[in-house]
Amino acid sequence: MSVLVRVQAEPIDLAGLLAFVQAPSLGGVAVFLGTVRDHHAGRAVVRLEYEAYPEMAEAEMRKIAEEARARFHVARVAVAHRTGPLAIGETSVAVAVGSEHRKEALEGCRYVIDTLKRTAPIWKREVYGDGAAWIEGEG
Amino acid sequence: MQVEVLYFASLREQVGRGQETLELDSDLDLEALWALLVRRHPALSGFPRPLAACDREYATWDRKLRGVREVAFLPPVSGG
Repeated sequence: MSVLVRVQAEPIDLAGLLAFVQAPSLGGVAVFLGTVRDHHAGRAVVRLEYEAYPEMAEAEMRKIAEEARARFHVARVAVAHRTGPLAIGETSVAVAVGSEHRKEALEGCRYVIDTLKRTAPIWKREVYGDGAAWIEGEG
Repeated sequence: MQVEVLYFASLREQVGRGQETLELDSDLDLEALWALLVRRHPALSGFPRPLAACDREYATWDRKLRGVREVAFLPPVSGG
């Protein structure tokens, strides 16, 4: 088993993702964490709310992780995305990639997060002090 | 044939529900289904045509419903 994918309401277990991509034969682990930011386009953001099409999002994320393994020869990929309300500073998405060497780990990690943002069926709604708006298209 | 139609995010809010089961002709393609849904839910008429998925995979608008159990309409995604 070399790919771990989760779409979940619960906080992301980063230690669990790291443990999944580490192995004695692997010399590099790259990690990307997406964090809820307190502003967008000059407007204060109070929290985010994520909605997913969970079954398809997991299928897409699995496909992306397998593509990363094939294209960048990385050994292991773990990717998790939150759903529901998230406070400022919480981790909304985490990608961890383990490979023999750092270069592939970094490239593979970047490929997974960039592709996930373009294709995984997940949407964010920004909540402001005086309203809210769905964000449509890659931020 | 019975097809589950799913709506997400802003589309779900426009339609007022996330899911409905429809009895549809299997010769219908996604373009014709979307036109039918816009007539059924006038709130969708101002909406740019979204992305579509059949059985949890992205699909093109000429995809026929034959054999499909679940169709989803998806606004441009914004995860991450």
